[in-house]
Amino acid sequence: MRDAEFLIEAMTGQLRELLARRGVAEPALVGIHTGGVWVAERLHERLGVAAPLGRLDISFYRDDFSRIGVNPQVRPSELPFDVDGRHLILIDDVLYTGRTVRAALNELFDYGRPASVLLAVLVDRGGRELPIEANVVGAHLTLSSDQHIQLTGPDPLQLIIQTAKP
Amino acid sequence: MSATPIQLDAQGRLLHFLTIEGLTHRHLTDILDTAESLRGVAERRVKKLPTLHGKTVVNLFFEASTRTRTTFELAAKRLSADVLNLNIATSSAVKGESLLDTLRNIEAMQCDMFVMRHSQSGAAEFMARHVKPHIAVLNAGDGRHAHPTQAMLDVFTIRRHKPDFPNLRIAIVGDILHSRVARSLIHALSILGAGEIRVIAPRTLLPTRVEDLGVQVFYRLPEGLRDVDVVVMLRLQRERMEGALLPSEQEFFQQYGLTEERLALAKPDAIVMHPGPINRGVEIDSRVADGPHSVILEQVTNGIAVRMAIMSITLGHHAQASGEDA
Amino acid sequence: MRTVIQGGRVIDPAHQIDKVTDLYIADGRIASLGEPPASFIPERVIDARNCIVCPGLIDLCARLREPGQEQKATIASETWAAAAGGITTLVCPPDTEPVVDEPAVVEWIRRRAKFAGHARVLAMGALTYRLLGERLAEMAALREAGCVGVSDGGRPVANSRVLRRALEYAATFDLTVFLTPLDVELGNGLAHEGPVATRMGLPGIPVAAETGMIARDLELIHDSGVRAHFGRLSSGRSVELIARAQAEGLPVTADVAVHHLHLTEMDLARFDSRCHVRPPLRGRRDLEALRAGLVSGVLTAICSDHQPHEPDAKQAPFGDTEPGISGLDTLLGLSLRLVRDGVLSLPALIERLTWGPARILGLDCGHLGVGALADVCVFDPEIDRTVELDVLHSRGRNTPFLGWELQGRVTHTLLEGRVVYDES
Repeated sequence: MRDAEFLIEAMTGQLRELLARRGVAEPALVGIHTGGVWVAERLHERLGVAAPLGRLDISFYRDDFSRIGVNPQVRPSELPFDVDGRHLILIDDVLYTGRTVRAALNELFDYGRPASVLLAVLVDRGGRELPIEANVVGAHLTLSSDQHIQLTGPDPLQLIIQTAKP
Repeated sequence: MSATPIQLDAQGRLLHFLTIEGLTHRHLTDILDTAESLRGVAERRVKKLPTLHGKTVVNLFFEASTRTRTTFELAAKRLSADVLNLNIATSSAVKGESLLDTLRNIEAMQCDMFVMRHSQSGAAEFMARHVKPHIAVLNAGDGRHAHPTQAMLDVFTIRRHKPDFPNLRIAIVGDILHSRVARSLIHALSILGAGEIRVIAPRTLLPTRVEDLGVQVFYRLPEGLRDVDVVVMLRLQRERMEGALLPSEQEFFQQYGLTEERLALAKPDAIVMHPGPINRGVEIDSRVADGPHSVILEQVTNGIAVRMAIMSITLGHHAQASGEDA
Repeated sequence: MRTVIQGGRVIDPAHQIDKVTDLYIADGRIASLGEPPASFIPERVIDARNCIVCPGLIDLCARLREPGQEQKATIASETWAAAAGGITTLVCPPDTEPVVDEPAVVEWIRRRAKFAGHARVLAMGALTYRLLGERLAEMAALREAGCVGVSDGGRPVANSRVLRRALEYAATFDLTVFLTPLDVELGNGLAHEGPVATRMGLPGIPVAAETGMIARDLELIHDSGVRAHFGRLSSGRSVELIARAQAEGLPVTADVAVHHLHLTEMDLARFDSRCHVRPPLRGRRDLEALRAGLVSGVLTAICSDHQPHEPDAKQAPFGDTEPGISGLDTLLGLSLRLVRDGVLSLPALIERLTWGPARILGLDCGHLGVGALADVCVFDPEIDRTVELDVLHSRGRNTPFLGWELQGRVTHTLLEGRVVYDES
């Protein structure tokens, strides 16, 4: 079990530094349902971001619709700010194959044309299938393919690693 | 003939959308919840989702209807699907290609979904029984039998204003006898546990034993509207006068038309619905149709999101099923 | 050929015979029962042990589709199916193309049937010219040509004045009139007007469409003094009306199609076009009342109402399909089901299929009396068989009874002493 709050604290520091270096004054945060939203909520508070928090459900953008169909638990996506010309910070809990981030980027660009998109993730577990990397990472972990990592929440936030039974 | 419900697969997943009958509470709420997520798409710059990219949807309309066909077309396109529109006017004088032949010809064009409207009850089910396994059939209205997507957008609209179904009184007014909208809506409201469903019409416009569907029957509008939360007005067609079902549109409006005075008998926050297109001065007074209680235009907007949801869900199940067979 | 049918349970309702005995046939007629006639040397022996031996079945209404609708079936194909089903006499209604309103058509049908040689076909003459319900048909000429009666052929005469005159004219020539009780306007629908039609959104056919016409027809029958028969009752109320008329001494009879004794509106289920029939399948209580009418003798005949169709006629949405069930293959099996279900005894059932129809037609047939034409059916009542496409003999495959397990398999059918069907 990993202390997620500790990692989020580390992410906050990294983000502050990155935003200052790039001269971004008014970013907007977007969390990917469900774990990414919980992380984004914490970051939103700690960074004191003015723009309201955006939430993305990527169910309709998944590239495996042909295999798994529509998720009945799909939630509405809400981006309560204008995407055009904004610097966005896309936030997810676990970065793995990279497909979720690709779907999220596709969805973001259907809302408008952002000035830039930074990716911040709580955990990078390797195993990329697409050329996607995060700008800010809470922790790098190397896990085998039969291991599964999950963020539980919303309170308390905990990272749980399970090994699939043979 | 032992007939299995054709629209569900062995796991109870929706493969076609033919009728509300036989669906569970869960089936309906999944559609409603998915539609809720899709509502916002129309407000974005890019009013599209990539979900059905590469899929082909065929609109097979054997009964003319620009309005319904357009909403289905829009729903498919907003999901990035390709759309083919086939308007096959049927005339009893000229018998063209048989339905099965039409079906086989279109199947040869590699389509994924048929949206079908036909003047015969049971036509959608007939289609579903004869299509290739990978094709989904959506019923856009079959005779007097069913109009399930309309019922879904109607309950979606009701849910947005009055989500507490067990405590709702809903009145459906007008030509129940010929109405597939009424039948499907009654089934949907029953499954969602609506408190009381009323039908209000003269005897000539009520089918035999309609109470067996689980409704309270009223022959006069004032009694039927008392304390009602939702009023659904049905469209009256001109042909009803010729069939000796009604004397005139004027008398119908006098006895069953929704005016402000009549609406005042319902609850103060009642909503007014109509599947469209409305006949002003026949079913409904203009002041009510355009008034604060009316959610008629919202129904149209909701119709697109609901149809997007149904299309995604059914095609998604076909994809899953063929994935499982592979 | 001199034939003896040995060891079977001979049931001849006309003569109240029901016993295990031998039946002797010579020169195409029944020679004797029990003991062979003097110096009788059989040329053929049929072993009927454990079988029923009864008169060949008489079907009061079977559409053979010739002349005019050969794409559906032919006299040859359907009389063959009849023979395989133990049916030796078929009565075909006059709604062929051309209509049976001229002696030439009667003769044509008779010759086609004779040429095929499987069963006897009796043509019903038309009541009105071209069955249009306006002018009288030449009923006297039709009678002389061999018609066993005159009928509206399923196209009821709406004009009461025309009908009354047609009844009076038929009575003049001692013809029995066969009527279809239906008000065409009120009966404009697809299914029984009831909860099932309401749920399915199918236009309903109220019982009144049938009973209203029965009431009108009965008044006209009373006035004209004609003998009349009502074909294919579908409702309990109709049975009541006929019962009352019979009690008042009116010369009316009625029959029921065998499928109305087994199916109801519930069988429409998923818009099954094989259950699209006219008159429609009605409610459970109607079915029970029809069965009761058979038992009480108000209904004296069961028929197949055979209507074979080509596949296209049934392969469409319900309302676009043609009504009718292909019934010859299942007439005996479905009728025997009534015995199994305890509705009728076997002799009573056989009477409804043989002697009953014969008396309605006013013909000396449907019995095994000495001297009668040797139309005989031998069947094994115990054998179960599932109704499947490959055991159907009719060209028509439109039956909702596929998959039903029915008892009774015909082993031999004899037409005027000649074996027209032998299962081996």
